[in-house]
Amino acid sequence: MSIFNFHKNSFKHGIHPPESKDETKGLPIRQFPFAPVIILPMAQHIGAPSQIVVREGQEVHRGQLLAKAGGYVSVPMHAPVSGVVRKIGNVPTISGQMTTGIYLEAFPFSTQEVLEGTPVDPDTATPEEILQGIQDAGIVGLGGAAFPTHVKLKVPEGKTCETLIINGVECEPYLTTDHRVMLEQEADIFMGIKYLLKVTGAKEAVIGIEANKKDAAEHLRKHLPPDLPISVKVLPVKYPQGAEKMLVTAILGKEVPSKKLPIEVGAVVVNVATTAEIGRLLPHGRGIQERVITISGPGVKKKGNYLIPVGTPLRFVLEHIGVDEAITEVYMGGPMMGVAVSNLDIPIVKGTSGILVFTRKEVELNVKTYPCIKCGACVDACPLMLNPSQMGILAKSEAYDEMVTDFNLMDCFECGSCTYVCPSHIPLVQYFRLAKRQVRKREAAEKEAAAKQEADKKEKLNA
Amino acid sequence: MSILIAIVALGGLTLLLAVLLITAYRKLYVWEDPRIDMVEDMLPRANCGACGYPGCRPFAEALVGEETLPGKCTVSSDEGRQAIASFLGVDLGEEEKQVARLACAGGTNVAINRAQYEGIRSCQGAALISGGGKGCFWGCLGHGDCEVSCDFGAITMNEHGLPVVDPEKCTACGDCVEACPKDLFSLQPVSHRLWVACKNLEQGDDILEDCQVACTACGRCAMDAPGDLITMQNNLPVINYSENHDTTDPIQRCPTGAIVFLNDEGGAVKGKASKKIIRKGQRAMGST
Repeated sequence: MSIFNFHKNSFKHGIHPPESKDETKGLPIRQFPFAPVIILPMAQHIGAPSQIVVREGQEVHRGQLLAKAGGYVSVPMHAPVSGVVRKIGNVPTISGQMTTGIYLEAFPFSTQEVLEGTPVDPDTATPEEILQGIQDAGIVGLGGAAFPTHVKLKVPEGKTCETLIINGVECEPYLTTDHRVMLEQEADIFMGIKYLLKVTGAKEAVIGIEANKKDAAEHLRKHLPPDLPISVKVLPVKYPQGAEKMLVTAILGKEVPSKKLPIEVGAVVVNVATTAEIGRLLPHGRGIQERVITISGPGVKKKGNYLIPVGTPLRFVLEHIGVDEAITEVYMGGPMMGVAVSNLDIPIVKGTSGILVFTRKEVELNVKTYPCIKCGACVDACPLMLNPSQMGILAKSEAYDEMVTDFNLMDCFECGSCTYVCPSHIPLVQYFRLAKRQVRKREAAEKEAAAKQEADKKEKLNA
Repeated sequence: MSILIAIVALGGLTLLLAVLLITAYRKLYVWEDPRIDMVEDMLPRANCGACGYPGCRPFAEALVGEETLPGKCTVSSDEGRQAIASFLGVDLGEEEKQVARLACAGGTNVAINRAQYEGIRSCQGAALISGGGKGCFWGCLGHGDCEVSCDFGAITMNEHGLPVVDPEKCTACGDCVEACPKDLFSLQPVSHRLWVACKNLEQGDDILEDCQVACTACGRCAMDAPGDLITMQNNLPVINYSENHDTTDPIQRCPTGAIVFLNDEGGAVKGKASKKIIRKGQRAMGST
């Protein structure tokens, strides 16, 4: 099927799910109202949770620091709304666990002006200052992974960054947030690129955009600042092109080695919405307190792209925009990599890029899973050239070690292409997620046991 | 003539190799205590790991090396353990029998599912999809990973989708403790009859919407308990088993029956004040 790589400007394999973007891509970003109670989990990003610095009952201003970073791989949290800290305790999250967080009650008649902080000047600030500024602004990858951006931007010793890739691909069906950001916030994006070029030391910046967003590419090309080395590259439509490694292959034609980051081939990839956020927040020293989210799907009455405060409860969002009565499934994120929600009381977090609502008509219940017929469709779909078919069989028998050593399970980034094409409806990605979790759990246990053994040895020597 | 050469050559080779083998056997012989094999024969050979050793053979080695005591083997019968103890001439080292206990009582008749889960039929798999759809964040998902993990058939799922442990069959190997993604199982000595069958960490009656037998952290059990037997920690009663815990006083005023006293048959006795729930079928959303 893919002996010939017809699309030279893309990666091999991948799939073409229906885009379903037409309904929201023309709708401008609109401000969403403030919910009466904002729920802020402290673990909205990958890494250590933020540490709360406010007290219960304290009045906070919009943009005020609520929690400081809990370590290097962590970011602070800012108040998305002026109000009062009602309670510090357990809050529900998308992970299905209660984690520490803040319940913030909004002042209904506040003007909701945002607090300004120490600005970071793009012309005079050193790269270290900019990195610190990015961390202080609480910026994480807004594409969905929510990895602290300042960690990603730190070029390790001995490596150089040649190209800064701005990810405006947005390959997930339904989502149009990056599309709208590119059309409406070009000045912020270019300002963000200015910061990022300085931090990474890259010679040029390439904005990668899929061919279904030609208007955004045209718009950005028209407004390109003459003093910055930025180019816009239009790529053929393919899922999962928005994945970091796939985008590097599509733009630079180089493959990122297994278990390595794009810096290995001299590239750093940053999401376009993250870039815009850096360009908007750093000149004012503000913190991130809202983000653009696409609300779409057949069950939504007022579809659109909304600027929603972080921490807005999902139930408030759905009640406000109106949903179909036969609402059956709600996704946070895109349909391919997003998570089905089991509880509507969870809040929007920094990493939420979309809310999708499906009704009884679209959702197929009680899907029967058939045994693997070894057709190889998943092998042709996997963008990382893994063997999902064999891994699925191994996962069923819990042969996790073999999956890691012989089939490179840990490279899988759970794009969902294999599950999408599987004619037997095997939930392959779920199996892989489960396997990865078990492997990580076991590794952690082994590490702990080894540390304990070491400690015992030391104690014996001392005794 | 040629046949003679062949016989001599092969015969010589045979002798040479035989001598080699005999010397190797003598020189490289590792003496192993013959009692290890005999003790291993006396063990149940379940290789469950409940004793803390990787299997029955390493346990037998440890027994003969007097590193551990026969009482550690929870799978053997009393006679079996006694036989090993008298064979080796060591103490029995009787440990109190432990069983696996579930810290949740939220079956489908009392607890609701906020969402219907579709996917791999296992708790571990369900827990990955935003917690698995159970109303309570801490509660049992009921797909029976523990039942599958139990090598002794001691766990069965009841009609309400809750695992029931047969204390007779349970060997306290700890497999179910590992299997549960919500960490609801723990190994408890059988004498620990006073038991909190809930892991909800939220205070207040809001949880009753999700589960009618949840602990609401009202603290009555802690008040009624003699001395420091029960303390409220993290909105859950924690029983200090080093005190005298053979009392049913603390359970009497519990409004939901989250704290129970286990009778001899392993059944849970609830307090007088706890709400009686006679629903047999599934609890619908919104019903109280």
